[in-house]
Amino acid sequence: MSQFVSFVLPGIPYGCAYALMAAGLVLTYQASGVFNLAFGAQAFVSAVLFTIAVRAGWPGWIAFLVSVVLAAPLIGVLLEQVLFRFTRTAPPLVKLVPALGLLIAIPSLVQLVIGTSARVPSSLLLSPSEVYFHLAGSPVSGEELSTTVVAVVVIILLALLLQSSGLGLRMRAVVESPRMAELAGIRSERVSAFAWGISSLFAGLAGVLLAPIYPQVNAANFTALLVAAVAAAAIGGFASMPLTLLGGVVLGIVQEVIAGYLPSGSVLSSGLRPAFPFVVLAVVLVSRRSLRGAQPSLGDPLAGCDPPPPSLRPPARMAEVAIGSRVFAGVLAALLLVTAAVLVPGNWEFTLTQGLVLSVIFLSITVLTGLGGQISLCQATFAGAGAFAVGQLAAHFGTPVLLGLLVGGGLAAGIGALVALPTLRLGGLSVGLLTLSFALVADNVLFLYSWSGGGGSGLSVPRPTVAGISFASSSAFFWLVVVLLALVSLAVRLLGAGTTGQELAAIRGSEIGAASIGVNVNRLRVVAFTLSAAVAGVGGGLYASLQQSVSPTDFNYQFSLVYVVVVASIGIYTVAGAIEAGLAYTVLLQLIGNLPSRYSSLLGLVFGLVALSYVRHPEGVVEYARIWALDRAEQLARLLKRHEQAAGS
Amino acid sequence: MTAPRTLPPPASDRRLAQPERLPLLDVQGVEAAYGPYRALFGVSFSVPAGSAVALVGPNGAGKTTVARVISGLLRASAGTIAFDGQEITRWPAWRIARAGLVHAPEGRSVFASLSVEENLVLALKGVNHRAQAEALERAYGAFEHLARRKDQQAGTLSGGEQRMLSLAKVLALPRRLLVVDEVSLGLAPAVVDEVFDAMRQILRAGTSILVVEQHVERALALAERVVLLAHGRVLREGPTAEIAPEVSRLLPTGAGTLNTSPAAPQQPGGEPDRPEAE
Ligand SMILES: Nc1ncnc2c1ncn2[C@@H]1O[C@H](COP(=O)(O)OP(=O)(O)OP(=O)(O)O)[C@@H](O)[C@H]1O
Ligand SMILES: [Mg+2]
Repeated sequence: MSQFVSFVLPGIPYGCAYALMAAGLVLTYQASGVFNLAFGAQAFVSAVLFTIAVRAGWPGWIAFLVSVVLAAPLIGVLLEQVLFRFTRTAPPLVKLVPALGLLIAIPSLVQLVIGTSARVPSSLLLSPSEVYFHLAGSPVSGEELSTTVVAVVVIILLALLLQSSGLGLRMRAVVESPRMAELAGIRSERVSAFAWGISSLFAGLAGVLLAPIYPQVNAANFTALLVAAVAAAAIGGFASMPLTLLGGVVLGIVQEVIAGYLPSGSVLSSGLRPAFPFVVLAVVLVSRRSLRGAQPSLGDPLAGCDPPPPSLRPPARMAEVAIGSRVFAGVLAALLLVTAAVLVPGNWEFTLTQGLVLSVIFLSITVLTGLGGQISLCQATFAGAGAFAVGQLAAHFGTPVLLGLLVGGGLAAGIGALVALPTLRLGGLSVGLLTLSFALVADNVLFLYSWSGGGGSGLSVPRPTVAGISFASSSAFFWLVVVLLALVSLAVRLLGAGTTGQELAAIRGSEIGAASIGVNVNRLRVVAFTLSAAVAGVGGGLYASLQQSVSPTDFNYQFSLVYVVVVASIGIYTVAGAIEAGLAYTVLLQLIGNLPSRYSSLLGLVFGLVALSYVRHPEGVVEYARIWALDRAEQLARLLKRHEQAAGS
Repeated sequence: MTAPRTLPPPASDRRLAQPERLPLLDVQGVEAAYGPYRALFGVSFSVPAGSAVALVGPNGAGKTTVARVISGLLRASAGTIAFDGQEITRWPAWRIARAGLVHAPEGRSVFASLSVEENLVLALKGVNHRAQAEALERAYGAFEHLARRKDQQAGTLSGGEQRMLSLAKVLALPRRLLVVDEVSLGLAPAVVDEVFDAMRQILRAGTSILVVEQHVERALALAERVVLLAHGRVLREGPTAEIAPEVSRLLPTGAGTLNTSPAAPQQPGGEPDRPEAE
């Protein structure tokens, strides 16, 4: 019994922080329809501010006021005003991409401003390590005591507020149709700004409370906190506040108890503790009926007040412009290839090859999200499966790399299909979260075994040899990648143009609509995941062969998030978009690598911020620029034509 | 003045003739657009206090757009709207609603995820507990059908029931001006009669009404004045008795388009429905 209590107590601070953050998630979701994954980053910001202020010698309570009571809601309201206000009635992907962008951009920004030096976090209220009293023989520390007290007080205040003012009802009205709520005299803007302020306060509070548990204030810890909070919110069905809070606390405690009883030293005990919330999230998502479809996609009854959105289909061009742009693009690509082969110095050749390999992985997102409209936050995991397959096959059976790529693609495809099965009938947000939890379980458990990710040291992977010709040299490998990328691109284009592509386009538009014209939505979702995972697997295998080694950290879940953000910001609907995204990412990475280390986070900042434009330009910035340029070209062509006619007559 | 030349005497003259009926709502030269698509071209008319005005016109004439501009759902790009002597052109919708101008939009305008009762309670914002209970009772009295479905999610009601709920929301409390778009859409004829009776009642109680209705005769029977809209412009405006015959000729029963007999004036400015670059 006393041993049990000694396992429970350390879980309480985690549980309280999870519960607070989860309450924030549910509140914003209820009030604005946005599942704000950026809360992880917002918690990080508050924790950093608090730590800095205390280190600077400010009294604890002033530091708390500034970092939590002032800064946190301010950030939340700001985000709502400039960004999430416009996504209220948007489809899940449009809500998710900017939140992911922020999750990446905010910590990058913080790192840019304050540098990478590790900071020892400070604790709120009581001194963290001092023991105040004993419970069933176990010491209760200041950390446990202060988090519990603060969390309970804050939650009671929130409950009172929601109860007494009818605010809960107004929030539900606003999220469904802000305009119709306004017709009833409700100030929709205020209601959602308020919800964002309060929930950001909760996120900040969770961050400050949890910070002292970790040895240093590190953004990754707060992302883990976020995912646990997501699991708690899922337990509450993204709606019920009491269940959410309970879920958060229980999750924190069970996680510690499990860690206490598992044999130490095994992959399971070291991996399962952090992975436990993700497992719970997955189980809850799949099993809770009420989450099927989560947010009912009823749509705003007053959406008719908005002008029709611009079409995603590129407008028909004048023949001259269409042909001219093709020729131009072809010449440009050829020029680029030739320069790359002839002129580029060695390390840049590697960078370009890396960019093209990444393009293959990115094409998997073009297939799944661009063509099929599905959300996945585990594309890096699919790529990892392919990479490890190539590595293991080569190490144990001496399998040639190209054959390994095929097997790896096949393996990834199988995993993709398996991941797709439980997502059937889930709504977009739930699919995203489910795939994220799969990625996290893979990171923390599956990829850690020596038979998969090669254990701690990873695997070494050879460069391919085909029919006696070795592609070991970097320029030979470059050309091999060019050919493979061309093949995959062609396959994706054919897929998009064929029957399956049209059916995918139909489910992208509306799954219900597609079903009503006889499209088998479930089958298509599995097909989309399978094909996409296959592409990712091949890309991952190529990546491993390029690096000549691979380890689980190469395909960490964070890469999945970054991939989606990068592709969405450059252009998710076209093959060209994926290739440009791959090149842009690696080239920028290389450029920034030449800068002092404190600028290393610039990359995340750039793409995170560009992803924010996704709300306005779902076609991506490069695609947007291309359309803009073609528009201008067309205007010019028209002008010339008119001129000619005038001259002729 | 942007109205066509064929108009009867301008509105200001008629108002002089009846000095005691000050306009409660005064719409002057309003233009509106949906992004690049222009929908209204200088619409002017007024609703005298305590009276009902019918806004009629063929499909796509811009009736719904006029209602949206009045209630603040859509911002007018030009022109002014005055309500009760105050200019409300740039007011946000919530402020207009709180000033006593309620709008029942076209279609199923209910909060689908809320229960019937929650929908009604939201519409009764700003009144005390007793008045709220009374208003709820009145609403359920008028629409007995809804009383039996208090706790049902509004989104699961039948189309007609949802329409009843949208009307119950605006009829529950006495207001200054009620703007209803497509009253009879989707309702059984008997229910339509009830709704029109309810509107007559609140009219007698002092609420002014601007009613958009496809069944022109019904609307004309209720309204003292008629505004005929076509292609985003006011074609005719005047007392019902005066212009009802002309409206019936221009807008024959059941016709979705304007009756373009030679007598009907041609629109200046060509095709207003086509998108125009900004
Ligand atoms: N969201 C929108 N985007 C673009 N154009 C719109 C939009 N809503 C309406 N329109 C256009 O504005 C014009 C007026 O529409 P409105 O809905 O006001 O007509 P209406 O008189 O209410 O027609 P109905 O009798 O069919 O309800 C129409 O040409 C319509 O196509
Ligand atoms: Mg209409």
